[in-house]
Amino acid sequence: MVLQSTWFFLWGLLWAIFFITDGFDFGVGTLYPFLGKSDTDKRTMIAAIGPLWDGNEVWLITAGGVTFAAFPKVYGVMFSTLYTPLMLILFALIIRGVSFEFRDQIVSPVWTRVWDTAIFVGSVTPALLFGVAFSNIFMGIPFNGDGVFEGNLFTLLNPYALAGGTLFVLLFTLHGALWLCIKTQGDLQKRTIKAAHTLWPILLVVAVTFLGASWFATDLYGNYIAQPVLFSIIAITVAALLGIRYFIHKEAWFKAWFASCATIFGATFFGIAGLFPTLFPSSLDAAFSLSAFNASSSTLTLKIMLGVVLIFIPVVIAYQIWAYSVFSHKVTEEDFYIH
Amino acid sequence: MDVVMLSRLQFAAATMFHFLFVPLTLGLSLLLAIMETRYAKTGDKTWLRMTQFFGKLFLINVALGVVTGITLEFQFGTNWSRYSEYVGDIFGSLLAIEATAAFFLESTFIGIWIFGWKKLSARAHAGVMWLIAFAGSLSSVWILIANAWMQHPVGYTIRNGRAELTDFVAIITQKYALLEMTHMLSAAYMYSAFVVMGISAYHLLKRQEVDLFTRAFRLALILGTISTAVVTLSGDMHGVNVTENQPAKLAAMESHWETSTRAPSFLLAIPDQKNEKNLIEIGRIPGLLSLLGKHDINAEIIGLNDIPKDERPPVLITSLAFRTMVSSATLMIFLMIWAFVKRNKLLEHPRLLMAMVCAIPLPLITIEAGWVLSEVGRQPWIVYGLMKTSQAASPVASSQVLGSLIGFVVVYGLLGFVGFWLMIKHAKNGPAPVSSTL
Repeated sequence: MVLQSTWFFLWGLLWAIFFITDGFDFGVGTLYPFLGKSDTDKRTMIAAIGPLWDGNEVWLITAGGVTFAAFPKVYGVMFSTLYTPLMLILFALIIRGVSFEFRDQIVSPVWTRVWDTAIFVGSVTPALLFGVAFSNIFMGIPFNGDGVFEGNLFTLLNPYALAGGTLFVLLFTLHGALWLCIKTQGDLQKRTIKAAHTLWPILLVVAVTFLGASWFATDLYGNYIAQPVLFSIIAITVAALLGIRYFIHKEAWFKAWFASCATIFGATFFGIAGLFPTLFPSSLDAAFSLSAFNASSSTLTLKIMLGVVLIFIPVVIAYQIWAYSVFSHKVTEEDFYIH
Repeated sequence: MDVVMLSRLQFAAATMFHFLFVPLTLGLSLLLAIMETRYAKTGDKTWLRMTQFFGKLFLINVALGVVTGITLEFQFGTNWSRYSEYVGDIFGSLLAIEATAAFFLESTFIGIWIFGWKKLSARAHAGVMWLIAFAGSLSSVWILIANAWMQHPVGYTIRNGRAELTDFVAIITQKYALLEMTHMLSAAYMYSAFVVMGISAYHLLKRQEVDLFTRAFRLALILGTISTAVVTLSGDMHGVNVTENQPAKLAAMESHWETSTRAPSFLLAIPDQKNEKNLIEIGRIPGLLSLLGKHDINAEIIGLNDIPKDERPPVLITSLAFRTMVSSATLMIFLMIWAFVKRNKLLEHPRLLMAMVCAIPLPLITIEAGWVLSEVGRQPWIVYGLMKTSQAASPVASSQVLGSLIGFVVVYGLLGFVGFWLMIKHAKNGPAPVSSTL
């Protein structure tokens, strides 16, 4: 029980880290066509995330891999019921990843425009669809006792899920804007600050709406009512969200970005705490739902993997912090991708 | 077509495409690390320019290899959910370890290498490439351990209706895994050596950057010679291992129907699986199959007719893949010997240089054929002797899989075309002029 519960929270933690890290580079990609007026702007924006996005994306692979290792049944049922949105996410990540590499290989306006579009589409699509996917998980997904999905793509594109998708896009876009405030200067930074000022109130409205809608659309609050101390997660998240506004006003970009990290972390754990111990609820019958207790790996595997994760994840975090610190300065033309 | 067949085609397309790029990243990172270390130690700008020239090729391969790798992991869940549920206890852990212990290292440090030229000292920057080379090979080791387990499952028990882990050490140290690692990694290094030698030969033929490309050719030749020897030896040992553990695969490789002692090989044989015989048999060499499979010319080799019909792999594909792998590998061995003999007088042997340019795709063909042999030859099993591929697919609609398969073919086709075009263009252009180097 303790081992399986530990893994449940590690599972949530890995998704939260993925959203925090890859989230800001999705956000920068989303802002890319709006803030990148000149080619220098665009190359500055790419250089702001260029050294880090690849390492960030491995958090997705790890979150997926850990689901596979610790909760194989969840892995199979989750990924096959969410087949189409996941495939769209994969295609988006593929074209986005190569765009950064290919964009500056050829000097031609058409060529550049193709990859510029790919950067935007490849960044906003995963943000939106991860939001849609997780909102559907919060609601429960129509799959039967045999793990067969009894809905279609439009079942997944319901109003609550679309609100969740919008929330993710806004969270990541603001997160990316704050990262750009750290990494840029001059005119581009001024425009980014303006964008952050515009985005924040919209995010606040959508976040509050989503929190409220969750009361009606999901069973997440069940755990909160049983354990009122959990409401502190929501309180901390809201405080972090207000903190973003405060630090934007103070032009303290690092602090604003950290507040944004805390907001995303809190938003993820708002759902994780509400779901516990279910990882993947069925909306057809609670008996079909997959939980940390009925869908986990063997004790031996959970123990070995716990050892692996406890040793390597801190090491990974250490060298990624080092990587971030190497590239924490303002971007100049010296940092552009050299060909 | 049914979901299983569509999912198999999709996985084959995604894996084979992924593997057009990955092997080069494994060996080229090692060569780049050596080149850059030479620069860091001597300050000789030729090594720096060489690093940057081949570095760009490396990065195009990395970009395509990385983005297509994510799809592979996720496909186990999307398309092979029954398989994932049945073996996740073991197979899932191996993939998760690969990500945490190796792939993180590689991805994080590649970003640092690309953008860190002016942030790090020359030594530190070269050190980053050593880490990338180490992490890349370590990452493939974990993937190969996972594949070896599908080929020859060990260290498990069937409990709770699935395969559960009992002996982790047995899984990571089994002979099948060790041979597969040795064979695959040396093949990847060999490919990288051929690419560097081929591109260098192209420029040497044109008498461009003679100093730089002579050095690059000779450096790659060292890696190429060693890896060619290792790939051959490990391939031979692997053959014996397959004979022992996967008799159906061995019989299909050589389209060997009747169990016999002193079993023959043929230079060419076209099998007819339905009628359980060969349509064409040319160049019969008695005893060769016994020799390859058991290192004994008189040994008995089990024929396909002694294997139940529903446990035989597709014979034609398996045997063609085997023949393709062996014949192109033989060609490469001769080329490597030729290059080794003439290594000090490269410019005087334009025919050798021309041959090396033409040989660039050979190792890639060999590697892809080797994987087809390994994976198609394992059929009808997804985990040998334990689970059939037909039981492994997800309960999804075939229209969904058809849609994603078409998506893969279109997107990968375009990206592959663009990727190879960029690489060839860059390879022909040669290194940046001295003035524009850092």
